[in-house]
Parts: sequence; structure tokens; C-alpha cells
Amino acid sequence: MLLNQFLLLSAILFSIGVYGVIVRKNGVLVLMSIELVLNAVNINLIVFSTYWGNSGQVFALFTIAIAAAEVGVGLAIVLLIYRNQRSVDIDELDELKG
Amino acid sequence: MWFFTHVWIIPALMALSFLLILFFGKKMPKKGAEIGIVFVGAAFVLALLTAGNWIAWSDDNPEGYGPAAEGAALANVDPSCSSVAAEAAAAGEEAEHKEGKAGAGKAGENHSTKEGAVAATSAPIGESAAPLAKPAGAAEKGGYEEVATRPVVSCVNWFENGDQTISIGTLVDGQSVLLLVVVTLISLLVHVFSTDYVHGDRRYTHYFAFLSLFTASMLFFVLSENTLQMIVGWELVGVCSFALIGHWWEEKPNSDAALKAFLTNRVGDVGLLVGVIVLYFAAGKSFSIMDLNILANEGEISHTLLLIGSLCLITAVMSKSGQFILHTWLPDAMAGPTPVSALIHAATMVVAGVYMVARLYPVFFEGLSISGSSVNALSMIGAITALFGALLAFVQKDIKKVLAYSTVSQLGFMVTALGVGAWTAALFHLFTHAFFKACLFLGAGSLSHACHHSFNMVDDMGGLRKIMPKTFWTYLVATAALAGVFPLSGFWSKDEILAGTGSFPGTEGANGEYHVMLVMLLLAAFCTAAYMTRTIWYAFYGEYRGHGTPHESGPRITTPLIILASLGAVAGIVNLPAAFDFLPEGAQTRFEHYVEPVGLYFPAISHAGFNPLLAVLSVAVGLSGIGLAYLYFFKNAFAGLHGLAERNKAAAFFKNILVNKYYFDWLYTTVIVGFVKGPLARAANWFSANVIDGTVNLVGKTAVGSGNWVYKNVDQKVVDGAVNGTGSSASGFGAMLRLTQTGRIQQYAALFFAAVAILAGVFVVVIG
Repeated sequence: MLLNQFLLLSAILFSIGVYGVIVRKNGVLVLMSIELVLNAVNINLIVFSTYWGNSGQVFALFTIAIAAAEVGVGLAIVLLIYRNQRSVDIDELDELKG
Repeated sequence: MWFFTHVWIIPALMALSFLLILFFGKKMPKKGAEIGIVFVGAAFVLALLTAGNWIAWSDDNPEGYGPAAEGAALANVDPSCSSVAAEAAAAGEEAEHKEGKAGAGKAGENHSTKEGAVAATSAPIGESAAPLAKPAGAAEKGGYEEVATRPVVSCVNWFENGDQTISIGTLVDGQSVLLLVVVTLISLLVHVFSTDYVHGDRRYTHYFAFLSLFTASMLFFVLSENTLQMIVGWELVGVCSFALIGHWWEEKPNSDAALKAFLTNRVGDVGLLVGVIVLYFAAGKSFSIMDLNILANEGEISHTLLLIGSLCLITAVMSKSGQFILHTWLPDAMAGPTPVSALIHAATMVVAGVYMVARLYPVFFEGLSISGSSVNALSMIGAITALFGALLAFVQKDIKKVLAYSTVSQLGFMVTALGVGAWTAALFHLFTHAFFKACLFLGAGSLSHACHHSFNMVDDMGGLRKIMPKTFWTYLVATAALAGVFPLSGFWSKDEILAGTGSFPGTEGANGEYHVMLVMLLLAAFCTAAYMTRTIWYAFYGEYRGHGTPHESGPRITTPLIILASLGAVAGIVNLPAAFDFLPEGAQTRFEHYVEPVGLYFPAISHAGFNPLLAVLSVAVGLSGIGLAYLYFFKNAFAGLHGLAERNKAAAFFKNILVNKYYFDWLYTTVIVGFVKGPLARAANWFSANVIDGTVNLVGKTAVGSGNWVYKNVDQKVVDGAVNGTGSSASGFGAMLRLTQTGRIQQYAALFFAAVAILAGVFVVVIG
């Protein structure tokens, strides 16, 4: 069974995503990194469902649908930030600094 | 019996009248006067019925006379009011019962000695109560068999303090019934008189309300069952007189006079309070008049205690009944409306003092050793008042002040009578004096009503005889009665007092020999006749000296005058001397028979017999007073005496003393008040400024100092330190936490993932 390999792939994909979220300055790229994290989760769900049963696939479908919605909202936010700041550099968005 | 146990209705009626007038008077068509008149009329009728019942009750008396009967006569005293009377009543009944067994027959004076012996063995109270050695003739009064008076005492529980129960109730005997009738009658006539006299007054309703309250207070006072209740009535009377004297308080002299009356009375009230407290302990912690009287009469209370108690009470009499030296308020009290003067200062309030002495007579009789003596404090004060008051009346221009001093003088007569043991004479004089003095006061009111409300008879009156015939004639009759002209009422009562002194040769049966008193009273009687003639001259004869046209007063003023003058003329017949045995049986000494108590609660006083020589002398003295004054004023005789005060230094000196009222007012206002205002006040001020203020300031400074210390050390350092420390530590932590709030979202995300990773690690280690 290739379970370990799939999980390893998923973990690598998750780590790449997290890395992207933390270090990338471009907001669009941060969104894309989030997609990687979500897809890593999807792989996990599908692997486990093939290994133990079918129900996990349903969650994967849900995740895909929600990820699509999330991307829509996220891109809209990035677009608005751009309109205000003329930039999508996340480091410049520090209005919440205490 | 119903009337005696429900006699409280009479004062209650007047109190109700007061409240009704106060609340509804202004809305009534006659502004409340009709309420007062209806109620006082009802009270008068009830008082008359009570008096009628009292007479029937006294006549229909099965008790007879004798020690046993005297005890049994107290059977109508509620045991809860007076335990001593209850014991005596029980002892008396027991004695009678034994006597009935022995078949000794009805109780009578013949075998009283035997009964006394029986009572003595069976009951200690009866033993000490029975004055076995009654003076000869005491058992027989006016030719009638003497019977023990049966007083009716009822009471309710007023309040309790510890084991001491204070009751409130009524004591009905001849004395209180007499005052009931006198007070309600005078009050009724004064009410009627007032409707015209104070017509259109700005406080008309208020005036009638206070007349009602005054009457209620006086009735409450005379019906008092215990001395505490007496004090309440006494003070109520004082308050009402204050309000009525100051009725026209907008003018300063009037409110001053009201204050003076009140404050002078306060001086005497101290004596009353002390006296009542002394007697309370003397009577074994009982306020009951019955207890006190019986114990005092039996000699159960030490003579010293009674002496102290009676001297204290005499102070009260001096203030209330206007005796020297506290009489100064009474003439000033003429500032009140005239009917009020008639009501308060002639007939009712000022006799409260006399009434009190008469009510507690055993205390005075034993305490002052009246019997067999020739001088005592009470008679001395009375005689001085009678004479010196009469002298003062000579120099007054104000007709009401003449009458006021006359009242002072006549009250002196009554007090002397009580002081010499002539109890009945005092009460009889009170009775007759109430009529003719009220008549004189109301007559003076009628005169002033005609003369534009002036009372100055020297400057504003004169020649009113023809213009005001009704006032003149009634005034003349009352004057003659006051002067003691035979056969008007004043003659009879004054003659009894003079005989009562027992000083005149040939007078028999008096209690002592009071020579000084007789002389002073005769001089006072002479002066009385003379100064009253002087007022007649100034008011009714000569030329009219006022302004405007005087006129006779209306019927509402003259009717009371006529009634009072008639009563003043004929009232003497109720107590004709016992010596008049040519009269039909039952015509003599009726007053004495019904009013004077006989029994355990009253001393066995002796009665002076009628002395024709003394009677002639007293009439002669009165007539000579009238005659000399007549010659002096009417016929202008003794021309050398006219204007003597302007020429002769000695005469001027005496006149000055009289005009200045013996300098008593000067003594009180300048010396006593001046002392209080001057050195005493300065000393008090110094004490206040230095000692009291010093203490207060020291306390203040200490408080400020310790406050500052606390502020600096405790408040600023400890309390504020704690508060500030809390704040600054919070702020420091905040500043530290603030470093994490970079606003950089990726940093947050990194921290988040790191935290999740760590938690996941922990989770794996712990669970896995």
C-alpha cells in the first residue's frame, strides 16, 4: 500500500504551503499557498478514505467547493487592497500595529 | 350615677367644639361662633343636670355619719384609681356589717365612738382614718345631721411605665360640680358677648376655637382625678391663656403681655412640678388625689414632707392665681380681648390655683398646721396680695387694669380664706366673685365698645350713665357686690372669710386666730369699695371726655351683663349663715352642705359662726370706703388732698411706688433680667468664647492635623500607591504585550503555525 508515500506527499505539500504563506510578500501568492495547504488536506482525506472507507471523499468535495469560495473572497480582498494601496505587498499592511 | 361616671362628656364636648370650629368654622354662616355657643350651651345644661343630680345624690345618702360610714362613703371610688380609698371603703363596709350583726341599728353620730372602736380593731385604715375627736359641732352643720360625702371617682388606664400605672379619670364631688357649673355658665355668656364684641375681627373663628379649647382645658383641670392630670390641665389652661392674651399679636405690647403671662406662669410651674413629685413619693408612689388626701388627712405622711409639698404648690398658686410676688403678669394680661379677660382672668383660669389648693386641702391643712395657728405662708401671701393689690388699683387709668388689680386682691381674699381654714368661704367667694367680676369685666368691655375701644377711663370716658343705662346699672350692682354691700352676694362671701380668720372677738368655731389677716382684709375691703367708686365716677359721671358719640351696646352684650349682675346680686342666698334660724328649715348653708366634702379625704375643718358685730363692721368698712370716695370724687371734698402728690414729697413718693407697681416689674426686668443680660451674659459669653470654643477649636485643630497626616501618609502613599501600582503594572505588561502586536499578518500566521505545531507535538506525546 502506498499510504506512507501519499502522506509524505501531503506533508511536503502542506509545508510548502505554510512556507509560502509565511514568507511570500505578494498577497496573491499567499492565497495560492493557502490553496496548497488545502489540497494537502484533500490528499490526506482521499487517501484515508481509500484506505478505510468512502466517507472522507465527501469532505474532500466540500473542501474544494469552500476553497473556491475562499479564493473568490480572498481575491476580492486583494483587489480592494490594491485599489487602496496601489500595492499587494503584505508587509505594508501593518495598520493593526499596536 | 350616670352623670357622675360620664361627666367626662362635658370637657370632651368642648374639645370636640374646638376641633369642629378649627376645621369647619370658616365655612359656617356665623364663622364658627354658633358651633361654640351650641356646644358650650350643651355643656352648661349637662353641668346643671350634674349639679342637680349631685344635690339629689347628697340628699339621698344612706351612709349617715361616723367612721364606718366615712369609709363606706368611698364605695364609689374605682379601686383602680385609688387603692387607699378602696381599702378604706372595704374596711368601712366591714365595720358596718359587724355593727349590723350586733344590732346596734343605723349608723349615726351617737354611737360613732363605738363604731370607731370596732373599725379600729378590724381595719388599720379605719383606725387611723377615724378622727374620733371631731370638734364639737362638726357633726352638725346648719342644724342638719351631717352625712359623709360620697365622691364618685372613675378612671381609665392612661399609660404604664414599668409597674407604675398612670390613670386618667374624673373625680366628682361638690367642689368639681360647682366649678363645672361656674365655668360653663361664664363661658356661655362670654361666648354670646363675644359674638358682638369681636364682630368682624380678623381672627374671629380662631378666637372662638380657642375659647372652646380654653373651656375644655379648665373643665379637664377641675375634673382631674390625679395630680398628673391636674398638671396637664393646668398647662393647657396656661397655653390657651397665652394664645388668647396674644390674640392681637400684631401689636408688640400684646404679644409681650402674652409672653409675660406664660413665662411668669412657668416660674410657678416649677413649684407645681416639684410639689407634685414630692407628694407623689409622699403618697407611696401614687398620683391619685384620693390617695394623697386620705393619707395626708390620716397623718400617714410626715409633716415635713407635707410642708415642703405645700410650699412648692404655693409657688404655683402665686403664679397662676396672681399672688404676690408673681402677680405682675395678670394686669398686663388685660391686653387680650375683654371677654377673654372676663373668662380667663376673673372667673376661671386664675381660680385654678385656688381650686388646686382646695382640692389638695388636707396637704395644706396638715402641712401648714392651719388649725390652731395664727399665721402661715398661705394666709400671709393671700392677705398681702389682697391689700397691696387693692392699693395698686387706685392709680390705674385703664379701667381694665383697675379690675385686674381688683381680681388680684379678691384672689388674695380666697387664698387667705384657704390659709385660715375657711375652705367653704373661699369656694363661696370664688363662686360669687365669678359672677360680679365677670359682670364688671364685660361691663368694661361694653364701655370700651362704646368709646372706640379705649379703656382709659380718665381720658376717654365720663358721663356714660345716661347714655348707657343698662351697662351703668349692671356695673353699679356688680360694684356694690364687690364692695360687700348688704345684702348682695359679695357681702355674704366676704363676711364668711372675715369670720373665718377667727380673730374678731366673739367669733366662734374658727380654726385659728389670724389677727393680722383680719386687719389686712378689712383694709383691703375698704380700698376695694373706694377704688370701685372711683371707677364709677370716672366712667359714668362728669362730662364725656372721649371723642365721637358713645351709644348703648346691643342686646348680645347687655343680656349677659344683666344675667351676671342678677346672679351677682342674689348668689349670696345659697349660703346664708347657720345662725339665721328664723329662716325656714333648709334655707341655710346649702352651699356648704353640698360643696364641702365630709369624709376621710377632707380634713375636719371647723366653721366659724356668723358674728353680727363683724358683719356690721365689714359693711361699715365698705360703706365708709364708698362714702369717702364719693365725697372725694363726687363732692370734691377734702380739697386739700387733690393734687397732693404734686405738692407733697412724701405723697409723691408713695404715689410713685404705686404707679410703678411697687417696682416689681422694675425688679424683674431691670434687676433680674438685667443681671442675666449683663454680667451673667458676659460671663457666659466669656466661658463660651474661651472654654467651650477653645475646646471646640482644639478638637477641630486636632482633627485637621490628624487628617493632614493621614492624607500625606496613608492616602497619598498607601492608597494612591496601591492604585497607581496597579495601573502602572498593567501599563507595563501592556507595553510588553504591545511588542507582539506588530500588525504584520504573516508574523501572526507564523506564530499560529508554530503554536499549532507545538500543540500537535504535545498532543502526540501525551495521547499517542
